[in-house]
Amino acid sequence: MSQAVATGSTEAREFSTWRRLRGWITNPWGKPRFLVVVTWTYIVWSIAPVLVAIQFSFNNSRSLTVWHGFTTKWYTSTAPDINSVFHDPSLRGALQQSMKLAFLDVVIATPIGVMLALGLARWRGRGSGGANFLMLFPLVTPEIVMGVSLLLLFSHLLTLVPFGTPAQVLGHVTFSISYVVVIVRGRLFSIGRSYEEAAADLGASPAVALYRVLFPLLLPAIVASAAIVFAISIDDFVISQWLSNGANTTTVPMTIYNATRATPQPSTDGIATVIMVITLAAVVAGVLVFRFFTRGEGGRGSAIDDVAGFGI
Amino acid sequence: MYPRWLWPAFALPGVVWLLILFVLPFYAVVGVAFGSVDPILLTAVPAWNPAQWNFGWVTQVLTELEPGGIYWDVFVRTVEYVMLSLAGCVLIGYPVAYYISRHASRTKSLLLILLVLPFWISYLMRMLAWINLLSPGGYAERFLSATHINDLLFHLGLVSDPNNYLGGESFTVIVALIYGYIPYFILPLYASLDRIDRSHLEAARDLGASPWRAFLHVTLPLSRTGLLGGAVLIVLPMFGDYYTPNIVSGAPTTSMIGNQIDLYFHGGPQPTIGAAITILLSLFLVLLMGYYMWTIHRASRDLPA
Repeated sequence: MSQAVATGSTEAREFSTWRRLRGWITNPWGKPRFLVVVTWTYIVWSIAPVLVAIQFSFNNSRSLTVWHGFTTKWYTSTAPDINSVFHDPSLRGALQQSMKLAFLDVVIATPIGVMLALGLARWRGRGSGGANFLMLFPLVTPEIVMGVSLLLLFSHLLTLVPFGTPAQVLGHVTFSISYVVVIVRGRLFSIGRSYEEAAADLGASPAVALYRVLFPLLLPAIVASAAIVFAISIDDFVISQWLSNGANTTTVPMTIYNATRATPQPSTDGIATVIMVITLAAVVAGVLVFRFFTRGEGGRGSAIDDVAGFGI
Repeated sequence: MYPRWLWPAFALPGVVWLLILFVLPFYAVVGVAFGSVDPILLTAVPAWNPAQWNFGWVTQVLTELEPGGIYWDVFVRTVEYVMLSLAGCVLIGYPVAYYISRHASRTKSLLLILLVLPFWISYLMRMLAWINLLSPGGYAERFLSATHINDLLFHLGLVSDPNNYLGGESFTVIVALIYGYIPYFILPLYASLDRIDRSHLEAARDLGASPWRAFLHVTLPLSRTGLLGGAVLIVLPMFGDYYTPNIVSGAPTTSMIGNQIDLYFHGGPQPTIGAAITILLSLFLVLLMGYYMWTIHRASRDLPA
């Protein structure tokens, strides 16, 4: 009897070893070695070039290909033969222009987008379908089409708007609004209307329900969309280029573009690094504020979901 | 509880903004493309009244868009570049998205952060990085020479000069396009793969499907919306791209439709022809978009779940 059991268990063990082996090869949710290699190769390929660019912004030479030791002179030097990021007038000007556009974009696009999101989510009448449809188009229109059309608008129809900062701000806001709407509307749907209805039942006027109930609930999404507007405005190249007005309205991406078409220098890598650090700081701050406001809401997985959500 | 006029009033500023700065500009493009050119100043004279529209410029572009015409090569090249880049994005992106959604457990958070990171690094900086790497003496250039991959690329006919990747190589432009746009492709694909209910796969396996068949008949169809969405997200902007070829090549032999438009506005200014090409490009993309909406509509009808 005991022997039979022993044999049985040996058979079972052999069977399970065989199955484990087979499972290791064929199990659809086992760990496929091939995919691990592909994924990490992709990650390294996508990030490493940027790290090299950052490295060469600290190169103690004009070369972008041969490493000559560490220096910060491409950022801080005041020597006349070195166009450092913080002292060269054109590089400094580009940084200032980029920051100015991003700031104005956030200040204008965020409120308009938040109001549009509220309106589109709750307005059920004639024209609401068309407005919803209209809002989606800036998200899928290639930037060059938008650049051409805004250029022709400002040169033939709205000729009062001068090229340079005013036209650039109007352009940036136009492509930013839809991002705000998408983010805020998502939050609006997940909040639902019950909080406001409860407030109204307890005697709150519409204005109080809006300001004291809905607005605080929307705040995380508003902060998140402001951070994203800031980031996409800073990264924008096409609209800024098509609507610029010569050298004094050149932004950082335009500076990088012009440098790559001539001779890029370590300070080109440097200004790109500075703008990258600013963008990442804005996004991380946005994520942190978002998490601070939504703490205790539960349900959502981790900070990662928010970060990943920030990508879309 | 809220007054009826409140929500339309909230939407008003945004709608007005988009009407004036998104819809009206298209009318400006149409007016210029269907207008005329000042014979002396060579500037565009737009025609705002449809009764006075002059279709000559669009017709001229269309005749040059036939085989043998000056835009034919550019158009074919653009479609080739976009399709090859899309294929590259699928080949690289699908395994990555699949692995992260299905298999990565402990490393999933880290991988997701690394996946999203390129979104927040300026596109121009990511292109600049490749200038550093591919210039003669750059890390990538030295690596490719040391491993003799450059000879391989040359013998396969992928590059015409194995020591000058930035001198007008289609191969470099396509790789740069893949590098630039692939993050936008992977993320929606990842989202759709991550959403797949694993019980479907278990059912397929229990009913005797091999892993490969389960993948082909369950995972792949269920990730179709993600694949299509990611494809649309990168194909539309790629068709309007002009800066990528300009940065990594700059040669007329690698110019795309976007470069042609850019040239007519910033090179030798002929905005009328530039506007005509812009209109044709937009119509082409609207058709692509329409096809996408139609497939999505059909898919949602076939799969009520």
